[in-house]
Amino acid sequence: MQGNAERYLNKERLPHIWCPGCGNGIVLGALIRAFDKMGVDQDKTVVISGIGCSSRASGYLDFNSMHTTHGRALAFATGIKLARPEINVFVLMGDGDASAIGGNHLIHAARRNIDITTVIFNNSIYGMTGGQYSPLTPRDCRATTAPYGTVERPFDLAGLAQAAGATYVGRATTYHTGLLTRLIISGACHKGFSVIEAVTACPVSFGRRNEMGSGHEMLMWQKEHGVPVEKAKHLTPEEMKDKFIIGELHKSVAPEYTEIYGQLIKKAQCSYKGE
Amino acid sequence: MTDVIPLARLMQGNEAIAEGALDAGARFFAGYPITPSTEIAEILAKKLPIVGGKFIQMEDEMASMAAVIGASLAGLKALTATSGPGFSLKQENLGFAAIAEVPCVVVNVQRCGPSTGIPTATAQGDVMQARWGTHGDHPVIALCPSSVQESYSLTIRAFNLSEKYRTPVILLTEEIVSHLRERVNLPQPGEIPVINRKKPPAGLKKYYPYRAGEDGVPPMANFCEGYRYHVTGLVHNENGVPTTNPELAQQLLNRLNNKIMDHLDDIVTYDSHLTEDAEIIVIAYGAVARSAKRAVRDARSEGIKAGLFRPVTIWPFPYREVAALSQQARAIIVPEMNMGQIKGEVECAARNSTKVVGLNRFGGEIITPGEILGVIKSI
Repeated sequence: MQGNAERYLNKERLPHIWCPGCGNGIVLGALIRAFDKMGVDQDKTVVISGIGCSSRASGYLDFNSMHTTHGRALAFATGIKLARPEINVFVLMGDGDASAIGGNHLIHAARRNIDITTVIFNNSIYGMTGGQYSPLTPRDCRATTAPYGTVERPFDLAGLAQAAGATYVGRATTYHTGLLTRLIISGACHKGFSVIEAVTACPVSFGRRNEMGSGHEMLMWQKEHGVPVEKAKHLTPEEMKDKFIIGELHKSVAPEYTEIYGQLIKKAQCSYKGE
Repeated sequence: MTDVIPLARLMQGNEAIAEGALDAGARFFAGYPITPSTEIAEILAKKLPIVGGKFIQMEDEMASMAAVIGASLAGLKALTATSGPGFSLKQENLGFAAIAEVPCVVVNVQRCGPSTGIPTATAQGDVMQARWGTHGDHPVIALCPSSVQESYSLTIRAFNLSEKYRTPVILLTEEIVSHLRERVNLPQPGEIPVINRKKPPAGLKKYYPYRAGEDGVPPMANFCEGYRYHVTGLVHNENGVPTTNPELAQQLLNRLNNKIMDHLDDIVTYDSHLTEDAEIIVIAYGAVARSAKRAVRDARSEGIKAGLFRPVTIWPFPYREVAALSQQARAIIVPEMNMGQIKGEVECAARNSTKVVGLNRFGGEIITPGEILGVIKSI
């Protein structure tokens, strides 16, 4: 590993639990490279995760970290950030974690525009429990709970976050690791709620049932199906049909929640003294 | 005018809880609107910012409990307030607070249930949920106020116990006490006993977040105060790292239980009224204890040797004290606004040494002194 990114890992907690071919380690690698490039201060930063394969990542990092309950990582993180806005807060979640059981917390953290950087590991499946379909599993894909193929429409997670009010939204894959690292840095430097969707492979519980091949072949699938924002502009809907856009998808400016609350405190204190 | 007590105020029960929380040092509230607890959120929304604290109305009850735990780990004393339906939803993260040993206070203003029940009507139907609502074996401290004064003082005590034992504490009150207005004598500033979490000494070479001393309570470093560590709802070792080792799991769960059960003398409080020579003892808690007190006095005036035992700490239940009373009493009467949730615990403590009679109302109305007196006289 280049630079000094490894200092962000807690090596006592390794080896990790992820399966051979799993892309979660690649996302974690991009994350610590981003930390290294930003020079993130480990004593002023917390990493919070939910439940599932990807959420084990918080335990492999050397921070004040918390592995919370299923779906609730953003709610725990909101408590920490509001209590002490000077702390940098990163949240790691899986696709089922963030969009099903934690969907309400995701849209409300986005609505508040609270300064939290969220990385969602999207492997299209509930991996920890053995391969049940998630709200991100594409139509007609097989899962243990969709033996005839899924009949539900999947979410566009990045679109959901943007529509709910997130002021920074990006998407990359575990093939496009340079982009993933850059998006995490941009999201972390952005003041407000940032969502970075990391498309990652689960060869054991998703790829295997959908004839997508090995971890390597699934990476190649990501290479072929992830289309950079600029390139996508020149493609027809027909050409984009089974593809997805990667890169910086949305960036806007809006008041940040803990800053507004800080102003509210001053206002309340002034009017109290005035009484 | 020299006789006027300067710090006596007319207050509503929920207001007393909010004031008690502020005086205990609470600086964070996260909640979701629900009858009949809403005044607590409304008052704290106004007052917390004035003292530099934070209030947030979360998107749901699970999120409120999660935010409270996050804020507590970040170093603020934190609480949430709810009622039956919301209390059900909080159980998930109440369990997290128990295993991760995060101090926090949960106020449950009980209302008639199950489900939406009668939102504006009083009840005591959540006593067992307070004890066993979250899954798995876990320790619990729950306190039951009978008056507005006690709503204030027990809120402070709830914070102190949660900080001292690193555990969630439930203030289990009822609609009737929470909406009652009574005089409250507030202590002078500086007279309020405030306990803060025990911190690890600075400059430790290695901090083990879950290594406890003799008292069973590990010192707690707040997040970003110099010690980096991991917090998880998984069974973990002393270093906070997940483990499936059965021996370590047994050790952890034993310690969590023992840190409460080894300190019953400190945690369990109760009130006894005319029990010394009593032949008939009424065991009542919360608002019903006030009807019971009147009934006992009325019985005495009619020559019946009646007494009242009132658990203030409902969990852990004062089994020892109730067992002793069951030796002297001809009968124990347990009036409660549920189908007999504490009566079962009384029977367990009494072990057939005396007759235990229930008096139960669960339709949303308080049990009157006359009804209790009627049962006393029927024995």
